[in-house]
Amino acid sequence: MADIAIADLIKRYGETQVLHGIDLDIRDGEFVVLVGPSGCGKSTTLRMIAGLEEISGGTVSIGGRVVNDLEPKDRDIAMVFQNYAIYPHMTVRKNIGFGLRAARMPRADKERRIDEVAALLDMTALLDRKPSQLSGGQRQRVAIGRAMVRDPAVFLFDEPLSNLDAQLRTQMRLEIKKLHQRVGSTIVFVTHDQVEAMTLADRIVIMKDGHIQQVGTPDEVYRSPANTFVARFIGAPSMNLLDGASLPPGTVPRASDGAVLVGIRPDDLHPVTDAPLVEGRVTVREPLGPDTLIYVDTPSGEVVAKADARTPPAVGATVRLGAAAQDLHVFDAASGAALRVA
Amino acid sequence: MASLTDVPAPAKPTTEGLLRNPTGRGPRGHGQAVRWILLFLGGVLMVMPLVYMVSTSLKWPHEVYDVNLIPEEPTIENYTYVLEDGRFYDWFVNSLVIATITTISNVLFDSLVGYTLCKFRFPGRQLVFIAILSTLMIPTEMLVIPWYLMSQQFGWLDSYWGIMFPGLMTAFGTFLMKQFFESVPDDFLEAARIDGLNELQIWWTVAMPLVKPALAALAIFVFLGNWTAFLWPLIVTNSVELYTLPVGLSGFGDEVDVAWELIMTGAAISTIPTLVVFLIFQRFIIRGVVMAGLKG
Ligand SMILES: Nc1ncnc2c1ncn2[C@@H]1O[C@H](COP(=O)(O)OP(=O)(O)OP(=O)(O)O)[C@@H](O)[C@H]1O
Ligand SMILES: [Mg+2]
Repeated sequence: MADIAIADLIKRYGETQVLHGIDLDIRDGEFVVLVGPSGCGKSTTLRMIAGLEEISGGTVSIGGRVVNDLEPKDRDIAMVFQNYAIYPHMTVRKNIGFGLRAARMPRADKERRIDEVAALLDMTALLDRKPSQLSGGQRQRVAIGRAMVRDPAVFLFDEPLSNLDAQLRTQMRLEIKKLHQRVGSTIVFVTHDQVEAMTLADRIVIMKDGHIQQVGTPDEVYRSPANTFVARFIGAPSMNLLDGASLPPGTVPRASDGAVLVGIRPDDLHPVTDAPLVEGRVTVREPLGPDTLIYVDTPSGEVVAKADARTPPAVGATVRLGAAAQDLHVFDAASGAALRVA
Repeated sequence: MASLTDVPAPAKPTTEGLLRNPTGRGPRGHGQAVRWILLFLGGVLMVMPLVYMVSTSLKWPHEVYDVNLIPEEPTIENYTYVLEDGRFYDWFVNSLVIATITTISNVLFDSLVGYTLCKFRFPGRQLVFIAILSTLMIPTEMLVIPWYLMSQQFGWLDSYWGIMFPGLMTAFGTFLMKQFFESVPDDFLEAARIDGLNELQIWWTVAMPLVKPALAALAIFVFLGNWTAFLWPLIVTNSVELYTLPVGLSGFGDEVDVAWELIMTGAAISTIPTLVVFLIFQRFIIRGVVMAGLKG
């Protein structure tokens, strides 16, 4: 069993505290993605799970065992780094086998294991090449192979796809997901790309400034974001946030005490003929194929909406935009926290 | 509409065009000519002593003080004499052993210390580094007397160890290697750490192969430096059998006459190992550059 339990995890670099008490339980075999803007502490959290960074406070347990004081090699983990960390002076076979160097097993078994992993990753033909003779995607596969060969209980990935071009990234994303379905290990995956997070994760952990903002399935964080930060971070283009007071009376389902922000995803905001929420002038159109994004200048700021691609309003035209009541997200204006609406 | 097969023929260069804008090699304008002349003079300046060394080694004693480059009666007598003289052989072996051991020691220990200073954070790290660097500012001439006294007290005079000990590690080598290890990404080391290698194994199997070009450069420096070292070996040795080549060669001849033709012969022979070392390690340097060029 390799569930991971992180309790009140704290990291300090001298005076500056970069993690402020992270609590997270990861089930055995779960694919968890840590996502957040640059500098929010994703890598630090991952490296503390790996044992590469000292723990300033709190505990990390893997498989029910507190690993705070264990060396990385004793934690039964493998890690894939952003720049692959495959050695340029070794062949692919040696690189993949490197993970087994410290393992006590007969040479023939090691060779067999390397061949298995290479076959799994479709790399058998490349085993005798040097990394400089491989493409970016192939190098990333070598790095993954190196992690797999030891059959660890937990895989840790730190932005493994960010050095690849967009097309390759999509392809490798799919491969990693398939890999997870095949080997069923626990995976903790760090990225700052919310699309990667949404597509890969069983559960997403959204972080900001060393705090967890929300933990939930992709569906949960998309449909009911816990606060305005999550609401704007997840989903592209970002959710529109409008001042509750600027909307027609009765729009906010239940009168709340303080000022509120109303969030509407561009996907849910369309041109309408009656009962508009906002009205404004179209400034830019972005055709996406099936739909066209329109940027609309309104009294409450610029909002993004989706229009039918066959009849998009012209630039400069005035449009009325509306959304269904159940697609409105209401947040407390002061704290940014989501308000439960009846 | 132009058809797809309408590929324009590549423009042929015209004679006039070529004359106006030559693409061939060769001097072009005055700047080029000046550069060539300077390079040529530089080359002559570098090569002349070597040519003169070889020329003198082929002369009879009576002709040595003539400046002619081509000996009137060329002879290989000097070579047979030097090679049959047992002392030359001893000195050659001494120099070879000392330069080789010192080179190996520097390559190992300079890089070990440089690696530690580069990749580990520990209290006093900066202080140690500055202390090492500051020794670079003390000239050898100033150190020779303390070295001598120390060797005397420890009984190291007139021994291989006595000749070698000051050079077994160098501040310069440590500094050089520390700088080169900066180019090894920490991810490489951390990946190996997760794979269960201990720190010494990580240094040896991961970090060292990645700085091979630097190691080769260091090896060439150290080998040449020790092969040609003169002052300290002269001071620390007494017995003729323990002389290094430069010390021994400088004393060729007798009290009244310096035997230049023999010194030059010895010098000519003694350049051979330096050439060999350079040729061996140069390959690594070039390969290293190629490796670094391919983003890996
Ligand atoms: N050695 C260090 N000393 C001081 N502060 C550090 C150190 N390493 C990281 N930090 C700080 O810790 C915070 C979290 O860093 P971390 O690398 O975990 O961010 P991240 O979420 O992975 O960001 P990115 O997406 O850019 O990789 C950052 O604000 C960073 O400046
Ligand atoms: Mg990071």
